[in-house]
Amino acid sequence: MNPQTLQLICFYAFAFVTVIAALSVITLKNTVHAVLALVLTFFSSACLWMLLEAEFLALALIVVYVGAVMVLFLFVVMMLDIDQEKMREGFVKFLPVGLIVAVVMLVEMLGLIGVRAMHAQVMGANPAVAAGMSNTAWLGQALYTKFLLPFEIAALILTVGVVAAVALTLRERRDARYESPSQQVKVDPRDRVRIVKMAAVRPPAAPVDDNTPQESRP
Amino acid sequence: MITLAHYIVLGAVLFCIAVAGLFINRKNVIVLLMSIELMLLAVNMNFVAFSRFLGDVSGQVFVFFILTVAAAEAAIGLAILVLLFRNRSTINIADIDSMKG
Repeated sequence: MNPQTLQLICFYAFAFVTVIAALSVITLKNTVHAVLALVLTFFSSACLWMLLEAEFLALALIVVYVGAVMVLFLFVVMMLDIDQEKMREGFVKFLPVGLIVAVVMLVEMLGLIGVRAMHAQVMGANPAVAAGMSNTAWLGQALYTKFLLPFEIAALILTVGVVAAVALTLRERRDARYESPSQQVKVDPRDRVRIVKMAAVRPPAAPVDDNTPQESRP
Repeated sequence: MITLAHYIVLGAVLFCIAVAGLFINRKNVIVLLMSIELMLLAVNMNFVAFSRFLGDVSGQVFVFFILTVAAAEAAIGLAILVLLFRNRSTINIADIDSMKG
């Protein structure tokens, strides 16, 4: 078979899976199933990017999204006790307006694309191969020279994300008692008990008739 | 022969599915967040296709940055969601209207 025909068949197969999975993300009743459908969407999109010979990004999509972000989603969905039925309220009510907006938008976009598609713009040769290196090296060379500052800023954004996520979810529980080891170790007996030396004294004789209560001072 | 239009049409379809998802899942914040992820995926698809078509590395670098920002966004969004659920015991959007004037 002609390799280009094979590529086209692969493209249609992956695109079909992507679209079906994306549709099930927004229509499935169970949120856990929706998350799993989104995983399938990302995976088949990664396959499509492989067809475009963008290998690094395809693998990054799988590692970052399927491996980290979607697992986080799954964690949260399973951790929260969500009333599935109540969440479906208004599904039918908003279905017509959602469909209308989406279809109109799609028709507009396809109209715009159709004007360009008349020229049948075929993908050229792989620019990375033309430069004599792999896709990862091609991307890395741009990333560490021309885009070094944005790259550092991206690292900063990730750090901010980590700090913000921890700061938001960290809480001090009021309904539990904790002991602080550092304070326990730091205890000095002299802070707790004060020994006062004083001479022995005879208690004064109780007054016979005194209305005011006797003052006692430690 | 795969053309540029194939990928752009796929991106447009994915984006419209995501918009429809925003409309019909108005009650479930988690599905709303997932719809936003789908939108980002559609945009990334266009970026990668054009990067390959024009032979320009900037498109793929930009996709890399979008992935970074989207990961941070998802982490913070889900943290806010957990916080919301802990304080209000619900993530139904209809119940979260205390800022309504």
